Amino acid sequence: MSGPLDRDIVRATQAGLPLVLRPWAAVAAQVGASEEEVMRRVRAMLADGRIRRIGVVPNHYALGIRANGMSVWDVDDAAIAALGPQVGALDFVTHCYRRPRRPPEWRYNLFAMVHAHTRGEVEAKVARIAAVLGDACRAHEVLYSVRILKKTGLRLA
Amino acid sequence: MDDIDRRIINALQGGFPVVERPFAAAAETVGAAEEDVLARIARMLGEGTLTRFGPLFNADRMGGAFTLCAMSVPAAEFERVAAIVNACPEVAHNYERAHRLNMWFVIACDAPGGIRAVIESIERATGLAVLDFPKLDEYFVEMKLAV
Repeated sequence: MSGPLDRDIVRATQAGLPLVLRPWAAVAAQVGASEEEVMRRVRAMLADGRIRRIGVVPNHYALGIRANGMSVWDVDDAAIAALGPQVGALDFVTHCYRRPRRPPEWRYNLFAMVHAHTRGEVEAKVARIAAVLGDACRAHEVLYSVRILKKTGLRLA
Repeated sequence: MDDIDRRIINALQGGFPVVERPFAAAAETVGAAEEDVLARIARMLGEGTLTRFGPLFNADRMGGAFTLCAMSVPAAEFERVAAIVNACPEVAHNYERAHRLNMWFVIACDAPGGIRAVIESIERATGLAVLDFPKLDEYFVEMKLAV
């Protein structure tokens, strides 16, 4: 898994890449390795999934995409492995996970985050998810965000 | 925001090149000069149009762990409980949502064993139960926002 150099690279970049023309060289200077070695380690982390992707993260709210609905679905356990990826593939679903039910408090096992400009738009998108799930879905709800209480970047060791 | 900003947002949510001059490579994709792409990303970060620029790590595969938690918090106690939850450094995001379960937060730890301890400390400090929803499977998680 991650050696000490990988850990140093994570620490040096988790708040963001340096805003210079050669960012990997700047990271290399911070961690005391060569630019070539840093790029090699970063490519390896991309290849094995330790890095999901590298790029810009837009601020939905600043871009006017202010309706954020966490749709939750009670999906037949026998069907979720086949249907989950179809929901995740919808272009407006940004996160899609299977999570445990917590009966009696919580019956839902599929979570799909939907972002849109308005609640009406979220509802139209939720209807498309419902169409994908069909009879395998027994119930669903949409939990709208009221307020962001805390939002920080991921912090690793 | 103009067309080039939009192209940067649409084209660079992933795939930022791991090469010596990555902005030069990205510049070809978006049709702007190398320095311009860098300056625009810096400007959009400063304005808050972008929240981040760089690698997005997968905590699970880094040997860490994530979970999503929910609590049902009485209205009169909401601010007190939010302050307790937000004070935990392991709590990355916390949202108020319109539901009986009205507080939803993500815990991120360096090691899987850490999650349980954070949940128990929140339960002790708040006197409220925390429901824990660890990820069992992931279905293609990616930012696909188009502007």
